Amino acid sequence: MANDPIHQFQISKLIPIDVGGLDLSFTNSSLFMVATVAVASAFLFLTTSNRGMVPSRMQSISEMGYEFVASMLRDGAGSAGMRFFPMVFSLFMFVLVANLLGMFPYFFTITSHIIVTFMLSLLVIGTVVVYGFWKHGLGFLKLFVPSGIPMVLMPLVVLIEVISFLSRPISLSVRLFANMLAGHITLKVFAGFVTSLGAMGALGIGGAILPLFMAVALTGLEFLVAFLQAYVFAVLTCMYLNDALHPGH
Amino acid sequence: MLVTAAYAAGAEHATENSFPPFDSSTFSSQILWLAITFGLFYLFMSRVVLPRIGSILETRRDRIAQDLNEANRLKLESDQAFAAYEQELAEARSNAHEIAQTARDEAKADADAERAKVEAEVAGRLEKAEAEIAAVKSKALAEVDAIAVDTTSAIVEQLIGGTVTKARVTAAVKAAAEGRE
Repeated sequence: MANDPIHQFQISKLIPIDVGGLDLSFTNSSLFMVATVAVASAFLFLTTSNRGMVPSRMQSISEMGYEFVASMLRDGAGSAGMRFFPMVFSLFMFVLVANLLGMFPYFFTITSHIIVTFMLSLLVIGTVVVYGFWKHGLGFLKLFVPSGIPMVLMPLVVLIEVISFLSRPISLSVRLFANMLAGHITLKVFAGFVTSLGAMGALGIGGAILPLFMAVALTGLEFLVAFLQAYVFAVLTCMYLNDALHPGH
Repeated sequence: MLVTAAYAAGAEHATENSFPPFDSSTFSSQILWLAITFGLFYLFMSRVVLPRIGSILETRRDRIAQDLNEANRLKLESDQAFAAYEQELAEARSNAHEIAQTARDEAKADADAERAKVEAEVAGRLEKAEAEIAAVKSKALAEVDAIAVDTTSAIVEQLIGGTVTKARVTAAVKAAAEGRE
């Protein structure tokens, strides 16, 4: 069981809660959601508490995060997109800290569960749809009708646009989920090789060196992926929000 | 939520062995806790943290702009001060030149006057001295004649034992003096 690469994704109930047949238990996943929020909030809150004119190192990390997301959103959705800044910033920080916390051994990775990433992407797409219709009314549907297309091709193009719009929440959530899941499984498999080969005596220990290097290299790669996926999630969020703000292509 | 309800209906069938991320029995709990934690996180970010960081950055930007303005103002001031200094320096230099010229001219005039005075004085003394010398010389020459007459009459008296008239001696001395010349 110790070498089962799937075991790390197991959800266990810490405080069972059952409301009318619905299981709402406080689980290890819930615990790490709370931890993610607590770590991110505490870091951002405490490092900026001095409001230093000349920032300390920690304060400049928080400021860099702020300006990073702000410039990402401004580039992706224009200055009108800044009204969604708190949402994009929260999404980016939440996913980033969740991914990074998942890198600790024995820690649970909440973004390795499809339902979590799917809910986050539903939040994004829901915001796009609600805001798009509220702001532009039916004009939001121009999103599916690119200008300058011959009338003959129009039904086909509109169909493609609709399908691509509908697949967005799926691709957005599956990308993050699959990256985190696959990364952690690979890491676990290579680390498992090291222990099982090491148990086979002198020759085994010699053979364990290769998977050990792989595990070390993969750990570095996973840190990159943890950041990169949070970044990709935020960038795509900005692009989708841009559609809500400016539906005409 | 429809999806969740549908999954929840089949939750009893989920087994321990199924792949955890696709185990729908855990979905309701995850959705609830994600909504709670992310909702709180969003509120905390939008109400507290982001306005705070925004204000820090804003303050710093303002401060930098203000400092730049101040620096520009000071630079302008120092440029003006430098120009004024240069002008004053040039004025002072021309003044000094003038003063030096005046002083030189005055000194030269003084020296000329002094010299003229001294020269006049020296010339006066010289003239006086020359006059004195001429007087002394003519007096001495006159006395030489008298002494010659006296000496001649004395010598004649000793040589011939008689006296000769003074008028003859004088005439003889005069003739001798003229003959000698």
